[in-house]
Amino acid sequence: MKLRLLLPLLATLALLGLLFVGLGMNSRDLPSPLVGKPAPAFALEALEDAERLITEQDFIGEVALVNVWATWCSTCRSEKPLLMELAAGGIPIHAFNYRDERDAALRYLGVSGNPYRTIAYDPHGDAGIDWGVYATPETYVLDAEGVIRYKRIGPLSRQLLLDEVLPLVEKLRAEQLRAEKLREARGVAQS
Amino acid sequence: MKRSLFLSLLGLPLWLAAGLAMALAIGQPVEFDNEAQKRQYDTLVRELRCTVCQSETIHESNAELAADMRRRVYDMTLAGHDADAIIEFMVQRYGDYVRYRPPLQANTWLLWASPFLLMFGGALVWWRIVVGRRGMAERPDFTEQERAVLERLRHDA
Repeated sequence: MKLRLLLPLLATLALLGLLFVGLGMNSRDLPSPLVGKPAPAFALEALEDAERLITEQDFIGEVALVNVWATWCSTCRSEKPLLMELAAGGIPIHAFNYRDERDAALRYLGVSGNPYRTIAYDPHGDAGIDWGVYATPETYVLDAEGVIRYKRIGPLSRQLLLDEVLPLVEKLRAEQLRAEKLREARGVAQS
Repeated sequence: MKRSLFLSLLGLPLWLAAGLAMALAIGQPVEFDNEAQKRQYDTLVRELRCTVCQSETIHESNAELAADMRRRVYDMTLAGHDADAIIEFMVQRYGDYVRYRPPLQANTWLLWASPFLLMFGGALVWWRIVVGRRGMAERPDFTEQERAVLERLRHDA
């Protein structure tokens, strides 16, 4: 009899608990199906030079970040000092200039510094769809083989870099080194 | 007072017209080679979720991403891709989240089963109540004396 009285109370508590957990969840934290897949192919003009074509191959070769940004995106602006630091620390950063104007983007980079090694100009979001871009800023981590290993929707923060991005970059670099050594050893064995 | 009323009455149709124009703009593009393509496009834009405005389909959403996605659906439809191929294309890029009709798979079975589970739970409760009532004591039999007392109470009231 006592249990029967307690049952509604327990059910209500369970529901409240569920709702409370739901409050803490961020509906923008969506799992990206692209993580673990090779960088999607694209062919776009370089931001600096309309004559030069950039493809996904320009992003691949070493462990690198790919940042999606635009001048109209204020969060991208506030994120940029961190990118400058990363670039100065020797992490290559490639970029999509997303739905932006070429002149505005170039002027902005000229004034506030350019952390990017390669910038693909994507004024209509063509590559954006293939890369599953939701909204700027977004940041991907590519391994040396060009496989997407991480995706962040929204701005980077120092905490996030320290907790997730930098350790991952370290790990991927170690993997790359190991793979290269293995290849070398095989080369020696074969010759 | 009258003047402002007049102005607002004049403004209302203008406002509505502007809304209509916007609605039309969102509905673009609208030219197709045949009826089947139009039907496919119309269905798909109502079944794909805009990932920026998360509770809108790409048909309703004003976000730029939704416009991109509509354009992609349109292009692919014209190029002869069928609905499944287009949905698959979007899912590969944006995940299952873009589908307003989630597929039945390992992580969605609870979602699909929940209405039936709730119905089953409700039926169980209902059945228990019915059985409980049936088990209740029959109407009590009164003695002659009790009947007389009840009769008297009814008449006195």
